[in-house]
Amino acid sequence: MRDLIDDAARESVTSACEDVRPPGEDDIVDQVVPGLVARPTSTHQVSEVLRAAAAHGLTVVPRGRGTKMTWGMPPRSADVLVDLAAMDQVLDHQAGDLIVETQAGVRLAELQAVVGKEGQRLVLDETVPGASVGGTLATNASGPQRVLVGTARDLLIGITVVRADGVVAKAGGRVVKNVAGYDLGKLMIGSFGTLAVVTEALFRLHPDPPVQRWVWIEVDDPAAVHDAVQSVVHAQVVPAAVEVDQPVDGRATVTVLLGGKAEGVEGRVRTTRQLLGEHAEVAESAPASWSSYPWQPGETGLKLTCVLSGLRDVLRTAREVGASVRGSGGTGVLYAAVADAERAAEAVERLRAVCVRHQGAAVVVDAPREVKQAVDAWGAVPALDLMRRVKDQFDPSHRLAPGRFVGGI
Amino acid sequence: MTVTAASGAALDKVIARVRQVLPDDAVISDHARLRTYECDGLAHYRVTPALVVIPEDTTQLAAVVTACAAHHIPFVARGSGTGLSGGALPHKDGVLIVTSRMRAIREVRREDQRAVVEPGVINLDVTRAATPAGYYYAPDPSSQQICSIGGNVAENSGGAHCLKYGFTTNHVLGAEFVTPQGEVVELGGGAPDAPGYDLLGAVVGSEGTLGIVTSATVRLVRLPEEVRTVLVGFESTDQAGAATSAIISAGILPAAIEMMDALAIEAAEEAVRCGYPEGAGAVLVIELDGAAVEVAQEYDEVERLCAENGAFEQRLATDPVDRALIWKGRKSAFAAVGRISPDYIVQDGVIPRTALPEVLRAIADLSGSSGVRVANVFHAGDGNLHPLVLFDESKEGEGEAAERVSGAILDLCIEHGGSITGEHGVGVDKAKYMPRMYNEDDLDTMQMVRCAFDPDNISNPGKVFPTPRLCGEVPGRHKGAHPLQEAGLAEVF
Repeated sequence: MRDLIDDAARESVTSACEDVRPPGEDDIVDQVVPGLVARPTSTHQVSEVLRAAAAHGLTVVPRGRGTKMTWGMPPRSADVLVDLAAMDQVLDHQAGDLIVETQAGVRLAELQAVVGKEGQRLVLDETVPGASVGGTLATNASGPQRVLVGTARDLLIGITVVRADGVVAKAGGRVVKNVAGYDLGKLMIGSFGTLAVVTEALFRLHPDPPVQRWVWIEVDDPAAVHDAVQSVVHAQVVPAAVEVDQPVDGRATVTVLLGGKAEGVEGRVRTTRQLLGEHAEVAESAPASWSSYPWQPGETGLKLTCVLSGLRDVLRTAREVGASVRGSGGTGVLYAAVADAERAAEAVERLRAVCVRHQGAAVVVDAPREVKQAVDAWGAVPALDLMRRVKDQFDPSHRLAPGRFVGGI
Repeated sequence: MTVTAASGAALDKVIARVRQVLPDDAVISDHARLRTYECDGLAHYRVTPALVVIPEDTTQLAAVVTACAAHHIPFVARGSGTGLSGGALPHKDGVLIVTSRMRAIREVRREDQRAVVEPGVINLDVTRAATPAGYYYAPDPSSQQICSIGGNVAENSGGAHCLKYGFTTNHVLGAEFVTPQGEVVELGGGAPDAPGYDLLGAVVGSEGTLGIVTSATVRLVRLPEEVRTVLVGFESTDQAGAATSAIISAGILPAAIEMMDALAIEAAEEAVRCGYPEGAGAVLVIELDGAAVEVAQEYDEVERLCAENGAFEQRLATDPVDRALIWKGRKSAFAAVGRISPDYIVQDGVIPRTALPEVLRAIADLSGSSGVRVANVFHAGDGNLHPLVLFDESKEGEGEAAERVSGAILDLCIEHGGSITGEHGVGVDKAKYMPRMYNEDDLDTMQMVRCAFDPDNISNPGKVFPTPRLCGEVPGRHKGAHPLQEAGLAEVF
């Protein structure tokens, strides 16, 4: 399935940006072949491309580094794929103020390397190798270290976006503390490119911890995982991460990350081992599965959320439906993998029921096309009407990443 | 502008409806009593509302909003009325909705590290309710003994400890929310990362312009094992600023680093006898918290860094009473300035922390050249300045001079890449400064959110934005899918 773009529209987009080309194999968005691929190098060029697209009623799908293009639902149409990979500059790192300003196409790992030179970091885990800043924001991806400082919404302090009509707008600024105007950044996070194209972002940074230790233990069942997590989160060990890894069968692992200065970490490692039990072990580097999703390509991947008291039930249900689970037990944000597509629909339904019962949600993040068609990927979303009204304001003709988001937005 | 006959008639209809659903004593229309609500914490703006209602629950509150929506009557929500930007300033033809009877702490759940509270609940009461379980509510505005959670959510309130723990927006996970149409919807939830747009992220800090939060699910934070508070005296603000930078550069993130200059110290001493070091040109209040071993270690480092940067006195609080006294000096600073000046403006601006020495010198120059005294109290760790601009209203021209200095300080903040408000909000007071910080397109884009939530512009109109955006009709979709198809209820035609 491929969109046809008339010559006038093609000409208009081509003159808006230096690098415009026909799509290749790698440009397919979840089986949807784009009409054109535009590769702008600046916010201004993105604006020109979006103005051209608006003038001709073309649909637009933004892409960072293309590591999560099968996440969410496939777009209904992708006349123009806006590839942000050439917007790859870290614009400004102010170490003294602990902030960094970056273009959206910069890989998260590259950003970390730049700020790392000054002993700083953006406390946002890379969960898919090669992921960009923009894609991380668009999907609200987060990893183990969300326990202590949170996620993108807690770290993003300023943003530049290009609207569907090509208008460039900024919100927030260069300071961490700022309540002037609406926080548009938060609306953009997790919006899958359906409200605007994010071109630049400003983040708050944190100092690198001099020492990190991973304390882990294997336990028998969901109840034991639950108890281990509870004992750690209510203790005084200030964990940076509390991860759970529960395979389809066999024993589960609970891993606690402790970071800070050597003496302090040493003391907290001791306390954590006492909490977890005599078999708890300590490692100086992260386990192999750290900050990765449990699913393989072609499997059904879900994001499961719950309040902490629901952890036991969610893990039990996962066992019953044959799903493996990995994620932040310390915050109630887990990821599940269902290998067998035939069992996916039942797994989604049962996991959704248990997550909703514990004040959370189960969302299909990534799945084969047939699974996405067979299940409701997002589940019931409260305030959906209000979300549609926001979409209608930002993108009244529904041309940005149409269909990728909740309720067909 | 006077009340037109048409709006008067509409208001009468709202009043009639409201009287049907609210108890008699929850509806105030008597002029003398209405006047007691004419201002919030920023008392030089005063407007008497047309009606005040004090609903007891979400149903009553939603009914009031529904009635307002039906008749296009503006409404303004008000918590404890402690705001410092006129965010809760009433509308003269509108309804003021006071949340002071919605004060239930619905749940405190230790296992989930959550509390569910109504908007009228006092900030400090959430911490009081959570403390027996070993937890507290982290955002701590100086007014925490009287300010309400609803107001905190509206303003995205900060406080001294937000340097380490973040602001209200980082601690609210879910909300029951009444839209400007009167619908009750759930935003966010008990668990993090609710699917869909982060509408809650837009609502927190929107200053009541998108609707009214009728309950909030907030994150509770573990009480730290150890807290150390130290009061450090310096000869100058330059030294204190350098010490602050040295601490942050060393990779230490204190719970709070607060600075006061000589004039602010003088005022605090007069008011609360907090025992700050005599002759200091500046003091820092530094609080470290966390695991005991680390706090001890960090304290040693902080002590050394302060000494290296010229500290002449360092007083570690020895017990909770002593700590409270140190904080009392800081938290009462605004009110204390009343002791040394009949009138004053509390300014709230933000600069990158590294610009601190430069901006403080520029403020001193402004003060020197204008003859207007400025006392400085601020959250040094995150560059949030609270210059207190002193004047005497009874003296010809002093008020205007103070206004000019106050505005010039905001310009300094913007020039240095900062913000016109770090925690007090834009409200009615700073709407005129918004175009200095954001261009027309930025403001237009922000107001698209407003148009989505409140196309009729009845929820706290006239606040935040200098000029309202016309929302208009949503243009026809030329490439959009059929709503049924979008909802997944029908296949592609």
